Amino acid sequence: MNPLFLITPDHQADRVVPPSGHTAWLTSFTAGAMAFLAVFALALSLAAGRLADRWSDALERTATVRLSAPEDQIDLQTRAVLAILSTTPGIATARAMTDDEQRALLEPWFGPDLPIDALPLPRLIELTESGSGYDGEGLRQRLAAEAPGAVLDDHTRWRRPLAVAAARLRLLGLLSIALIGTATAAMITLAANSALAANAQVVKVLRLVGARDSYIARAFVRRFTLRALSGAAAGTAAGMIGVALLPSTDSAGGFLTGLGFQGASWLYPLILPPLAAVVAFAATRASAFRKLRELT
Amino acid sequence: MIAFDNVAYSYGGGELLSDISLRLAPGSFHFLTGPSGAGKSTFLKLCYAELLPTAGRVTLFDREVRSLSRDDIALTRRRIGVVHQDCQFLDHLPLAANVALPLTVAGKTSPPQDLTDLLGWVGLGQLADARPPSLSGGERQRAALARAIIMGPDVVLADEPTGNLDWEMSLRLLTLLVELNRMGKTVLIATHDLNLIRQAKSQLAARVLRISKRRIQLAGADL
Repeated sequence: MNPLFLITPDHQADRVVPPSGHTAWLTSFTAGAMAFLAVFALALSLAAGRLADRWSDALERTATVRLSAPEDQIDLQTRAVLAILSTTPGIATARAMTDDEQRALLEPWFGPDLPIDALPLPRLIELTESGSGYDGEGLRQRLAAEAPGAVLDDHTRWRRPLAVAAARLRLLGLLSIALIGTATAAMITLAANSALAANAQVVKVLRLVGARDSYIARAFVRRFTLRALSGAAAGTAAGMIGVALLPSTDSAGGFLTGLGFQGASWLYPLILPPLAAVVAFAATRASAFRKLRELT
Repeated sequence: MIAFDNVAYSYGGGELLSDISLRLAPGSFHFLTGPSGAGKSTFLKLCYAELLPTAGRVTLFDREVRSLSRDDIALTRRRIGVVHQDCQFLDHLPLAANVALPLTVAGKTSPPQDLTDLLGWVGLGQLADARPPSLSGGERQRAALARAIIMGPDVVLADEPTGNLDWEMSLRLLTLLVELNRMGKTVLIATHDLNLIRQAKSQLAARVLRISKRRIQLAGADL
């Protein structure tokens, strides 16, 4: 069956199948509702991907050296660590955090009045990578030799679960789209079966007068494919408007408000209507030929 | 044209037709008679491959039906016009479109005048735009006949075509079928209406086949 028949209408062939009432708008509605949901699943998947990239990038480019040493040696070892870091290839910047910055880090847990001077807190040294990155194992060995109280934390243990979580969120979004596609195919198959059953007399007459299966199937397939296409187009448009109307990240912040499309990714939802049409085409065609094979 | 060789047909339970061998020659006119339930409709369905024999060979236009693909069966049916007692139409289409349906599905068109002439020939010229549900039984039978012959088939099969008609309308339909036969079409009519058969035999050399005890016999003198 040449798919070009979808865009080159055969009015005579279209007329042989009567308008099928409920199945017509139900098919359009189903395709529209599914496309609407698919837009949000796609937005979720893309947002999760962006979040994963952002978290990974942010953590991947920085590391922390935690320095624990007796009070009279802390400044000495800090200078030693900074000296090591300044000569290590792949490290762009390195600086010791101030007491105020360390207090700010602890404030969520201990409150604003923490007597930081009275506590044996380790000194934190923040470093950022340059493009090529540094040799983590080599740096650890140099630190162990020259500043025994220094421990390099390259954030791997933080980054990995975040990246895994975001990747799974992205996978869930894609899985949702696949499930939506499958559910759409199932519902359109049911609608096509229903239409074929309701038009059993039409099919019988057409076979009697010498219609080929492909001719009969075409009349149903074209109708359902175009209904799915138009319904999905409407659902996609509504979904995109809904996503566009979500509050912006700037005004509210947070993950959910970042649930949108950015730049060229606004083009991605536009693939949903043709995808729904392809699903409807395949589902209706398979259903029609299966039903027709039951007849002689 | 249509040949049966030792054909049998069984429905789930038992054998309905058994050991049937015959040939419908081009241009012949046959009646098929027998009591209700004897298998007349089944025999006709075997003639246009709606049913396949459970034993033996049915040959349509020199091709064994079992060797025909579904597309081949569709193409073969374009050479066989069928009229049923309960003829069915596409109720959402006007009569003219229904009559032209075989042409439509074959991707052909007919000059409007030809269609008008055909509808006039079966006496339905004024009803071209009528919907099938509004037609009487006789009108539906004549419309079915017009639909059956619009492709210029080689064979016309009619299953109890006068079953729902009064005598006057039955004669009118018979006249049309006789005219078709005189144009060279092979005609096979399944009927239990002996008066109709007698009337036809008075006009042409029709052969009468009778289904009895699952077999087909040539009948004659008792009609």
